[in-house]
Amino acid sequence: MGGLAVRVQDLGKQYRIGQTTGTYRTLRDSLAQAAGTPWRRLQARFAHKYPVETIGAANTIWALRHVEFDVERGQVLGVIGRNGAGKSTLLKLLARVTEPTEGMAEIHGRVGSLLEVGTGFHPELTGRENIYLNGAILGMRRVEIDRKFDEIVAFSEVPRFLDTPVKRYSSGMYLRLAFAVAAHLEPEILVVDEVLAVGDAEFQRKCLGKMSDVAQAGRTVLFVSHNMSAIQRLTQETILIEGGRLALRGPTVQVVDHYLSSGLSQEGERTWDGDESAARSKPFRPIALRVLDSRGHVASQVPSTEPIQIEFEYDLDMEITGLRIGLYLTTGRGDPVFTSFDTDAADDFERVASRPAGHYISRCVLPANWLNEGRFLLGVNASAFRIRSFFSDEHALTFTVDGTGAPGSQWPEARSGPLRPALAWQIETIQAEEA
Amino acid sequence: MSALPSEARLRDPGVTWIRPTRGWGGLQLRELWRFRELFYFLVWRDIKVRYKQTLLGAAWAILQPFLTMVVFSIFFGELAKMPSDGIPYPIFSFSALLPWQLFEGGISKAGTSLVAGRNLITKVYFPRLAVPAAPILAGAVDFCLALLVLFAMMAYYHTPLTWAALTLPVYLLLALVTALGVGFWLAALNVAYRDIGYVIPFLVRVWFFSTPITYAISLVPEKWQAAYWLNPMVGVVQGFRWAILGVGRPPEILLLASAGVGLCLLGTGIAYFRRMERTFADVV
Repeated sequence: MGGLAVRVQDLGKQYRIGQTTGTYRTLRDSLAQAAGTPWRRLQARFAHKYPVETIGAANTIWALRHVEFDVERGQVLGVIGRNGAGKSTLLKLLARVTEPTEGMAEIHGRVGSLLEVGTGFHPELTGRENIYLNGAILGMRRVEIDRKFDEIVAFSEVPRFLDTPVKRYSSGMYLRLAFAVAAHLEPEILVVDEVLAVGDAEFQRKCLGKMSDVAQAGRTVLFVSHNMSAIQRLTQETILIEGGRLALRGPTVQVVDHYLSSGLSQEGERTWDGDESAARSKPFRPIALRVLDSRGHVASQVPSTEPIQIEFEYDLDMEITGLRIGLYLTTGRGDPVFTSFDTDAADDFERVASRPAGHYISRCVLPANWLNEGRFLLGVNASAFRIRSFFSDEHALTFTVDGTGAPGSQWPEARSGPLRPALAWQIETIQAEEA
Repeated sequence: MSALPSEARLRDPGVTWIRPTRGWGGLQLRELWRFRELFYFLVWRDIKVRYKQTLLGAAWAILQPFLTMVVFSIFFGELAKMPSDGIPYPIFSFSALLPWQLFEGGISKAGTSLVAGRNLITKVYFPRLAVPAAPILAGAVDFCLALLVLFAMMAYYHTPLTWAALTLPVYLLLALVTALGVGFWLAALNVAYRDIGYVIPFLVRVWFFSTPITYAISLVPEKWQAAYWLNPMVGVVQGFRWAILGVGRPPEILLLASAGVGLCLLGTGIAYFRRMERTFADVV
């Protein structure tokens, strides 16, 4: 315990625009651009040094800049921030997946990164073979894998299918095996990004449990998540990344509170136009999530006495079978209120078993006199159950419910709980004294 | 600005420094050694996966060069009467096809390896040189299987094995060095320029005809011979024929030219790869 685990100094990463969205250049593009421009420019292009003075500042963005922080050995540090704020870039730099453009970081000990479970799994190989391959990829030594093999198998709950190619696994089995390998990685410093975004609720609970074991075992952990309740449960201290800068560092409760209340999150409407995370979700393309008041206008504040309409607009580039759009409502403190899917109704589930390519809106209405006053977070996700999660943003937007005129407002007192339903009370007079 | 760490702290093996690399970056042999087990597993994966879910399995390693040899023998040997230095055409072409298929399969797979392995590259750190190198080394297993067929053919054609066969590993090494060099170049280029995907089949075909596989080297005019040997695969194929069939010239100055070009490809390939490596995860 004690001592330095990670020190980040003035770290920065510059991207050329276009790279972040996953487009790649063709030789022809490069040649066309090189024609008529100085040789220097072609050289710079080949050297990949992104010099601002030759390529032009307009073509580059700083995904991360001037970030400085230390992590003590044994500390579990949360990292939060909006999509595209630079969290993932930070983790990629620390995991050495990509190089910084400026600054430096020193890391004491072996780093294991869990940027995605199942990295390097080969569908044709058996479960047993993939345990070794994936273990080696994640940085385990062979003897180490030998030693932990039985433990990994037990944790994965797939011992019977150990000699079956993983392409025959159900996605649940696949995930369990993948996480089992990752969970038995024992580096001094563990970097975790959104592992919990995959899998069903039960699996997510298991992952969280393992994460908290790791945290309690005195390992240094950097934990990036959109899941505020997980962050609050697992970490004492958190940093907030905003626009590529370190915006705040402090006790988790305070940082999460600041994040949720500072308007960093979008209110009333959230659009994903040109968003990096949205580009990765193809063929699903989120467009906008909106909260509408009873007159159909986008509203960041809605009265609790009126129905609240929520609509999610999206495009499908190709037909998707079994797609379901999920809404996650949580309170401002991160406690879940409900989860609902657009094909929950048995009729709809069969009627829209498959959605052809096109433009869609999934819409639902929260009844009037139902939510309590306060701030709520709305998350959205698009997935095919146990097959693939296309898109997920657990923190897409926030809105505020105004309690004016809500049931019981004749008493000016706060009501606890996320709901404030108008229930059909009956007051039955069994016996009344004559007045 | 951050203070630069002292030399002593930079050399502390327990500390990893993450900084922008300046210049060419060097070979990082220590890093490669540290990740040798991962490299081993990548080669092992390529071997394991190669003939999965095929009916004939590893027999393909033998069938591919063998059937190619049969076709060549019919069309080039029998019909076109290609000169083969007086050697039976089947064994003449098979001895060249062996190293060629190692080379061809190696550069084709290596060239697309980084793009195919993008989810590895964007998620985990390890020396990226391992990715294109693995399929090339995995090809050596196929090579060994096909070598058994060659020995069988030598017995059939009563071609005695001589001491010259002991030089085979040298030519095999040259084939691997060349394949690695070309593979590193293509893989790194393919990350930024997907044109390479179209270039590879074309390159392979041109290279095939620039190498004396279907014809004898004596077909090439004397004045072009020196330039011709700059193709490292000429050195490899001629070496194989000399070592196994005893035709052509023993190793001499021209082989050094082939080897020189091969090593040059490897050196520049590694340098270019290392240079581009730092942005692979961003570009791929």
